Amino acid sequence: MSGPVTQNRAGRPALAEPLWVKALVMLLALGFLGFFILLPLAGVFTEALRRGLSTYWEALVEPDAFAAIKLTLLVAVIAVPANMVFGIAAAWAITKHKFPGKSLLLTLIDLPFSVSPVISGLVYVLLFGAHGLAGPWLRDHGIQIVFAVPGLVLATMFVTFPFVARELIPLMQAQGSDEEEAAITLGASGWQTFRRVTLPNIRWGLLYGVLLCNARAMGEFGAVSVVSGHIRGETNTMPLHVEILYNEYNFVAAFAVASMLAILALVTLLAKSLLEWRHGAELAATTRRH
Amino acid sequence: MTGRSFFSVFPRRDRSIIPGFGLTLGITLFYLTIIVLIPLAALALRPMDLGFSGFVAAVTQPRVLAALKLSFTTAFFAAAINAVFGLAVAWMLVRYEFPGKKVVDAIVDLPFALPTAVAGIALTALYAPNGWIGQYLDPLGIKVAFTPLGIVVALTFIGLPFVVRTVQPVLEELDTELEEAAACLGATRLETFIRVIFPVIMPALMTGFAMALARAVGEYGSVIFIAGNMPMVSEITPLLIVIKLEQFDYAGAAAIGVAMLLISFIMLLVINLLQRWSRRWAGM
Repeated sequence: MSGPVTQNRAGRPALAEPLWVKALVMLLALGFLGFFILLPLAGVFTEALRRGLSTYWEALVEPDAFAAIKLTLLVAVIAVPANMVFGIAAAWAITKHKFPGKSLLLTLIDLPFSVSPVISGLVYVLLFGAHGLAGPWLRDHGIQIVFAVPGLVLATMFVTFPFVARELIPLMQAQGSDEEEAAITLGASGWQTFRRVTLPNIRWGLLYGVLLCNARAMGEFGAVSVVSGHIRGETNTMPLHVEILYNEYNFVAAFAVASMLAILALVTLLAKSLLEWRHGAELAATTRRH
Repeated sequence: MTGRSFFSVFPRRDRSIIPGFGLTLGITLFYLTIIVLIPLAALALRPMDLGFSGFVAAVTQPRVLAALKLSFTTAFFAAAINAVFGLAVAWMLVRYEFPGKKVVDAIVDLPFALPTAVAGIALTALYAPNGWIGQYLDPLGIKVAFTPLGIVVALTFIGLPFVVRTVQPVLEELDTELEEAAACLGATRLETFIRVIFPVIMPALMTGFAMALARAVGEYGSVIFIAGNMPMVSEITPLLIVIKLEQFDYAGAAAIGVAMLLISFIMLLVINLLQRWSRRWAGM
């Protein structure tokens, strides 16, 4: 801040609040974050370790908990790559080409974010449940979707649907198509252009989108709760297992599994922050903060 | 630029030379239809089983009305709390320097990353009568866990990042020259804030409020643990949908879902209009 310091009548620099206001704002802000973020986080680990490390460890390697961890990974391994392929395809179609109805398509892609997680699960029960539209046909053919793994995957895909597309579309829009056009003009095929030109340009943005998509996929509760059927060791993902343990008053085990999810969240936040600090310029400006 | 003038010799100028349009749009539309559109259509169609009067009867049951009222009022209060404190957090992060600022900035996004069930049991443990916070509130006669107040607490946690993340970039880009000019013209800091800064950040504040509200209305995982889930008192709308589903009342569940979406949609429309009005007021 160069130039003469402007001062108001009270003699304070004009662009700063009185000290007591600054102190009050910081107190309110830090107090708020302390109560709503730090304390819950500390609470998870304290409750999890209440009976010591060995009890904590037992809760994690117990067969049902182990099955829940495996199922969570399985669901994420299917849903996240599917949404990644979709996100890349959607971003390519939308940012590299002109077609009517583009803004409608953008709105529809964002739609799952504005729907309650419970409704995201409900729609699949209405389609594939025993009394759903396709229910009788599925039963006759011995296919089970709801209350089974396919339902969990579908519900997870629904709630994490926009993540990758939302990151890539503004990023690729900002980057423009000049480099791709040059590559095509020089004789590269579409696939070569994507792999050699586009992908290096969007890799950090892609990673960013995948990271957030994965965190939500592994942590989703409402949508998978509706389609899961809560069969222990079979259709319980980690968040659902937390609920079951908690409702059985097995608090230490519930918080132990919860602490794994909290660690996942912290690692996601760390990786996300590193991406923002190191490669901020290569992320989409509009979504950098989400 | 040279590329563009070169291609302008082709008759259809606006057509991209980049291939893959059919393939990528095909994948996009196929996937969108299967995962999002058909399932949502199933939701919209299902209440038709009931007919119009049946739909109205299903969503005007006292228990449903109580749940809707509870969901929207608690979401409103949580979003309002977030508007006030979120503004303070955004202001602190943009205007003040302090050690550990980057960590504080990063941790604001925790509610986006932490699974809602984890948040739910953690907040319940804190605010239960024997919890870290609850033990001090209980002697004062303040019950948070297992009451509507607990729902507000959970929804405040869930919506925390929205206001901060919408207001923060606007504050960052705010031109301090305007503030200097106001100060030079004799405005106190408070006057400058109310008449110069606030009108500019108002639209962003409302966007953040609306996003927090929309998210809070549909929230399930963090709420069901702390709410107590008493019918007519602390039973949120998404939980009622789950209960209807468990009773195999698919049409009833879909009807409540549709009603919830309709109310949210109208609410967001109103906020959108208010926002336009406030933008005009700020001369933007």
